Amino acid sequence: MILPIDLIVLLLVIISAFAAITVKDLLSASLMLGAYSFLLCLLWTVMGAVDVAFTEATVGAGVSTVFCVAAIFHTTRRTKD
Amino acid sequence: MKILGTITILLCGGLLIFFTSDFPDFGDPKSPASIHLSPYFIEHTLEDTAVPNIVTSVLADYRSYDTMFETTVILTAGLACFLLLRIPTKEVTRRYYLHEPTGVTLRFDGDRYPKGSNVFKRIDSNWVPYDIIINFTCRLLIHFIQIFALYVVAHGHYSPGGGFQGGVVIGASIILFAISSNLRASIKRLGEKAAAIFTATGVFIYAGTGALCMVIGEHFLNYSFLAPLLGTDRIMARSHGIFIVEIGVAVAVMAVMIWIYYNLSSAGKQDEGL
Repeated sequence: MILPIDLIVLLLVIISAFAAITVKDLLSASLMLGAYSFLLCLLWTVMGAVDVAFTEATVGAGVSTVFCVAAIFHTTRRTKD
Repeated sequence: MKILGTITILLCGGLLIFFTSDFPDFGDPKSPASIHLSPYFIEHTLEDTAVPNIVTSVLADYRSYDTMFETTVILTAGLACFLLLRIPTKEVTRRYYLHEPTGVTLRFDGDRYPKGSNVFKRIDSNWVPYDIIINFTCRLLIHFIQIFALYVVAHGHYSPGGGFQGGVVIGASIILFAISSNLRASIKRLGEKAAAIFTATGVFIYAGTGALCMVIGEHFLNYSFLAPLLGTDRIMARSHGIFIVEIGVAVAVMAVMIWIYYNLSSAGKQDEGL
């Protein structure tokens, strides 16, 4: 575990998590969530848990982002209420 | 209400951070996990199961009961998406067809659409012309993604990876095909029924291996009893048993990912979608 890399990645994780819940646009929020997952994957790799990192990269950053985008595809730009 | 929510979140977060201080440090040699469990796995995995990757052997051999129910959870997720979202479409409401020689789009109401025509091509209601670069790149990439996924499944004993990751990658390659060309083209190649059957088959391979062990020997999911069937000694039989189980997990996860994507992207109609 290299401390500077760890701190930088942790900072980016917090920034992307904060961005994912504050951003108004749903598509941007889901993409920020994908970025968050990918940064977490980097964090697992830094910690040496490569299997977990692989799972996070495929499921968290890959497929779940696609699921979110596919669901958002069926929403409208502005809410009706 | 908002203030109440904020207070609850702050309280829970504060409690979590407070109790995290009781946890052992990262890589602490005196923590209970490092004293009791880790040394056993590190010292005995290779002689017990002949699998160099400790994570794979813990996941699919020592803790295989856990992983079996994880696979069942995946199956339940696919079923939940299916039961919540799927709408049976009996009546044909409105379809759009592109007349390819002229490029004119026609709208057909009801049942009077051209069946099996050479010049009419069915398009989605929010259709955009296909981008040739994206189409070609995805076509080129999908084979390599799938071969890499098979490598991940088969090589899980030696390198990071295994059934779960490999299955997700195969599923993602088929989702990529659905995105790059068309949802209907993808459903034509691997339909919803096939996805459902594959899901159940994957879980069945896993649980069936366990049950087979129970029929031959005595313990559920103790692969060393498969040794007479596989024609190897008891240690290699555990390694092969892990591989069989990983294939089951990969099949189940792949099919569930595709199934969920079909239902999500077409809003349950499986008629047109992203």
